[in-house]
Amino acid sequence: MSSRQAPLPSISVDNVAVIRGNRLVLRGLTVTARSGDIIWVRGANGCGKSTLLRLIAGLLHATAGSMQTEGRIALADENLALDANLTVAKALMFWADMDGATADAQSTALADMDLQALAQVPVRFLSTGQRKRASIARVLTSKADIWLLDEPYNGLDSASCARLDQAITAHAATGGIVLVAAHQPPTINVAYSLILDRPEADA
Amino acid sequence: MKAFAALVAREVRVAWTGGGLWLPVIFYLAVATLFPFVTGPDKALLARTGGGILWIAALLATLLPIERLILPDRQAGILDQLAMRGWSDELVATAKIIGQIFAFALPLLLATVVGSALIGLPEAQLGTLLLGLALALPALSGLSVTIAALTAGLSGASALGGLLLVPITIPLLIFGAGTLSENPGNAMQLLAATALAITALSPFAAGAALRAGRT
Repeated sequence: MSSRQAPLPSISVDNVAVIRGNRLVLRGLTVTARSGDIIWVRGANGCGKSTLLRLIAGLLHATAGSMQTEGRIALADENLALDANLTVAKALMFWADMDGATADAQSTALADMDLQALAQVPVRFLSTGQRKRASIARVLTSKADIWLLDEPYNGLDSASCARLDQAITAHAATGGIVLVAAHQPPTINVAYSLILDRPEADA
Repeated sequence: MKAFAALVAREVRVAWTGGGLWLPVIFYLAVATLFPFVTGPDKALLARTGGGILWIAALLATLLPIERLILPDRQAGILDQLAMRGWSDELVATAKIIGQIFAFALPLLLATVVGSALIGLPEAQLGTLLLGLALALPALSGLSVTIAALTAGLSGASALGGLLLVPITIPLLIFGAGTLSENPGNAMQLLAATALAITALSPFAAGAALRAGRT
């Protein structure tokens, strides 16, 4: 098994259009990402940033065009996907078990997001920034190749932003791909920024 | 397989902590308690009609957990995360239905022993009632997950759920009540066949509804 190397993660979105709720959200969009890329997805509210991430995650189907991804994908969007009544550690452990991740991977992720002190606190008591950090910790634990982060900096204090930046850079350095949808420019070096326009605007 | 068991266990845990386990049981026993107040303490009448009342109470109790089965998981992004990990919607639905069998069907079956004592059902009928409900409750679990998936996110979902559930359960109710008659053999077979068909089809119906609801 180990003699054959796993294919490098990649994303290739070719001339894709997405209709969501009877509305054309994306049109003629082409995105290519290779191993090690950090991509800043930017654009006005409602321009389809989250739609693009959900499309790449495989949760939406392209109405036209084609899309291919290689590698496991983890998504952190506005939905926390952690059971509110469980402690942070137990809620994360549910997904760690699903992903076959080790307890070590989880404690590293908790440490990376500075969540050790909150590990035994039920998820429902977390603040906005703490919830965001927990959802990023879920992505870190998953050991996925491709990270899709939707507004990951929202609600984070500057120390947590730096921690997130560090995690993103480290992930890209080990060959992963990170797509960050954000309004503020990230403070890290990005491969390129992808600017989405409203399809209606250039009709 | 381990992940599937973890998802089933999560269903039972969520039902336990969210009241989805106790509410139907309490409702079911409350109906059994109230019924003699209406008919009066006529032992013969209670023995004749009590089994049917417990059947109706079981059908109505099915409606109680519906709002908690799918919508919170969809809103929390749990269903998205499962889909991203390659879970088919049918498999998620199956795990939820099995979870409901543990968290709803089994407790209700145990409560039937108490309920039939409250109504004063003859002991001979208790066995038939338990067997009939044991056949029908997995089907009711399947229907509750299916209806929860169909109505998740709609306004007035619980009222709509009731309107959907009642007509589909008519065959179960007719054959179920039939098993309480003098000669329960044929009704029991028909009940088993109907319940089996509903149970077997519900993961596919619920899976399709989950898929359609993903936006």
